[in-house]
Amino acid sequence: MVNTIWAAMILAGIVYAAVQGNVGLVTTAIFSQAASGLTVALNLLAITTVWFGLSRVAARAGLLDALARLIAPVLRPLFPDIPRGHPSLTAIALNIAANVLGLANAATPFGLQAMKELQRLNPRPDTVTPAMITFLALNSACATLLPATAVALRAQAGAREPAIIIGPAAIASGAAMLFVLLVDRWTRRTSGW
Amino acid sequence: MTPLSWTAWILPGLVAVTLVAGLRRRVPVYDEFVAGAAEGVRLGLRLIPLIIGIYIAVGLFRESGALAWVAQAAAPVLAYAGFPPEILPLMLIRPFSNAAAMGVIAELLQEHGPDSFVGLLASVMQGSSETTFYVAALYLGSVGIRRSLHAVHLCLLGDLVGYLAALWATSVLFLA
Repeated sequence: MVNTIWAAMILAGIVYAAVQGNVGLVTTAIFSQAASGLTVALNLLAITTVWFGLSRVAARAGLLDALARLIAPVLRPLFPDIPRGHPSLTAIALNIAANVLGLANAATPFGLQAMKELQRLNPRPDTVTPAMITFLALNSACATLLPATAVALRAQAGAREPAIIIGPAAIASGAAMLFVLLVDRWTRRTSGW
Repeated sequence: MTPLSWTAWILPGLVAVTLVAGLRRRVPVYDEFVAGAAEGVRLGLRLIPLIIGIYIAVGLFRESGALAWVAQAAAPVLAYAGFPPEILPLMLIRPFSNAAAMGVIAELLQEHGPDSFVGLLASVMQGSSETTFYVAALYLGSVGIRRSLHAVHLCLLGDLVGYLAALWATSVLFLA
C-alpha cells in the first residue's frame, strides 16, 4: 500500500507536468522537496533526541511506572496481546496523552518509542502485528482536545472566534476513532488474531 | 493572555517534575539523559530517508498541479456527499503532509474567509484528522516493517469517516 501510493503520487506528478509541457519542474521539485524533507527530518531528530533523553530520566525516576499503572486498565482491553507491565503500554499512553493535549512535538517521539517496544514482541519482524495495527489506527484518529494548529491558522486569518471549531473537531475525531477501533476489533476477530 | 496559554506550562512542568523526581531517587540525571538521547539520535537518523521520500512524492504531486487536477476530477463524486468542491485538495493532501495541508487551509481561509462554511469545514477537518499516511509510513519504516497488511487501509478509512463526521458536525452546528 505504502509503495503503491508513493509511486502513484510521483508518477502522477511527472505525467501531469509532462502533459502541461513543464517537465523541468519535476527536477527542481524533487530536489527542493528533498531539501525541505531534510530540514523537517533534522528538526525531528533534535526532538526525538530530547524526548528519548527525558523519557529515560523519567523511567529511571519511576514516573513512567506510575503512569503505566494508572493507564493500564484503559489500554488493556484495546491491546489484549501485550503482556502486563510491558514498556510499550507506557509509550502508547504517553503518545495518546501528547496527542490529546495537542503536543505534536512529543507525540511522534513517543509513538516511535511505542513502535520500537512493540517490535520487541514481534515474532516476524518484517510483518506488522495486531497490536501495531491497533496502535496506528488509534493514532490516525486520535481525539484532539486542542486542535492548536487549526485554531492558530484561524486566528491568523482574522476569524471572529478562532476556537469555535474545537467542539465539532472533537466530535469528528471521536467518531473516526470509534469507527476505526470497531473495524479493528472486527478484523482481529475475522482473521483469528 | 490567549485561551491556550495554560498549555505553555505543560512542557516546563513535565521537565521540572521529571528532574525533581530523578534527583530525589538519586538518578544520575544527565548521564541517563545522554544515554536515552543517543537512542533518539540513532532513531532520528533512520527517519531521514523515510521523510525525504515522502516529501518528494507529496511535493511533486502538489507542485506539478496533479493534486488540483485529481481534485477537480473527483469533485462530482464528493459533491454528491455534500462536500464543497473547494475542500477536495485539502482532503487529498491532509493524510500525507501537515505542512502542505496547512498551506492549503491558509489559502482557503483567505479566499473564503475563516467564518464561511468552507473555512469552518476546512478548520474542523484539519483539527480532527492526522497526517495518517505519513505517520503510518514513518512508524512502520522506523522498525523496518515491510508487510503492513491492512494497517494503512484502516488508517485511510478512518480519515474518510473523520471527514464525513466533520462535514456532518460542521453542517449541524454552523448551518442551523
